[in-house]
Amino acid sequence: MSLSKQEIAQRIAQELQDRWYVNLGIGIPTLVANYIPKGIDVEFQSENGLLGMGPFPKEGEEDADMINAGKQTVTVLDGGSIFDSATSFAMIRGQHVQLTVLGAMEVAENGDIANWKIPGKMVKGMGGAMDLVASAENIIVAMMHTNKRGASKLLKACSLPLTGVGCVKKVVTNLAVLEIKNGAFHLLERAPGVSVDDIKNATAGTLVVDGDIPEMVLN
Amino acid sequence: MINKVVQNVEDALEGVQSGMTFMLGGFGLCGIPENSISQLVSLGVTNLTCISNNAGVDDFGLGLLLQKRQIKKMISSYVGENDEFERQMLSGELEVDLIPQGTLAERCRATGAGIPAFYTPAGYGTEVAKGKETREFNGKMYVLEHAFQPDFAFVKAWKGDTAGNLIFKGTARNFNPMMAMAGKITVAEVEELLPAGELDPNQIHTPGIFVQRIFEGNNYKKRIEQRTVTPKL
Repeated sequence: MSLSKQEIAQRIAQELQDRWYVNLGIGIPTLVANYIPKGIDVEFQSENGLLGMGPFPKEGEEDADMINAGKQTVTVLDGGSIFDSATSFAMIRGQHVQLTVLGAMEVAENGDIANWKIPGKMVKGMGGAMDLVASAENIIVAMMHTNKRGASKLLKACSLPLTGVGCVKKVVTNLAVLEIKNGAFHLLERAPGVSVDDIKNATAGTLVVDGDIPEMVLN
Repeated sequence: MINKVVQNVEDALEGVQSGMTFMLGGFGLCGIPENSISQLVSLGVTNLTCISNNAGVDDFGLGLLLQKRQIKKMISSYVGENDEFERQMLSGELEVDLIPQGTLAERCRATGAGIPAFYTPAGYGTEVAKGKETREFNGKMYVLEHAFQPDFAFVKAWKGDTAGNLIFKGTARNFNPMMAMAGKITVAEVEELLPAGELDPNQIHTPGIFVQRIFEGNNYKKRIEQRTVTPKL
């Protein structure tokens, strides 16, 4: 059984470390905030200028002046702060934010990522993604292992315009947890019930399988 | 005290002409200068270059200027959520320069701070860096990015005073403070305009020196793009 989007988020949440500041992208990454492990303190940064981002407001308490980078209405937690966009990206570029989790259309075995443009079809823009991937110490990509047509999103080289070069270190998909090092995807964990062969078949880039690969443990 | 007050949006936009370059504050529809945008539509100025993180939605924000074909070029980081924008861009009617959001923010800041250019790692190795000078510092590659030259900056604040000091509310701050610094003429519209002395100097986000004209706006719609709530248990 491959993981649901919620379960991908749940697995990524296990990567959070105590006292980390974390930026979560739009989509699956946003869900990570629902699964913070017990006993650790993290703060979420939203690049439009918010630190200590809280849950969505209660109905009737939405504030047009209080949104996240996905333009969703949100709240701010005790200890949070609000600042301008230049300060926000100083936090990101200056590596004060320890972890970035974002989605991708393609990831390559050398750590390249593409997630902002499909030439001739979709041009929405990169938003803050290029700044985030160029500077974050830890970047985790959250995505499905294959696209809607069943083609692998883990490639030898990206075919779409790049968002960043050689920056992705970890990928969590509906099938596996993989680490990127020495120009290859190294298989770390399998989704429950998913075989190594399933993952091999769904991975177009170089896949290194070293010894027995454990199943993920989701609490 | 140097008084920055103008009586209305008409006076605030005095001198605006076709072919000019504008900065417009806001992130999505949050903190956008609604009154100034309406007046730009009324004035009918065309061939505009607009620097703004987003391009509004089809029927609000900068989308209103796009509908009337008043914009020649957009400089933004993210332009989703706008069908008319996409249509004009794909048909070649509209020039679009998409740049990383942090680079956009810093280019605005640099403009107001007298810094002609700076190096940033964002976009290195991507098409954003094409034709730009690159340089290595401490083993990492960076791209040279330049300041802008806007004629006007239009910003929106929560409270302001007659000296042009501004206080923003919530995440409506976003790009507004840097753009306020950057305008040759900066027009600030505020929800509440107070006499000088009413705002605590310790709490000012944008000092009045950066603001040339201030007025109290009206009829703020403050539209929400994505209304998300926590379901009741």
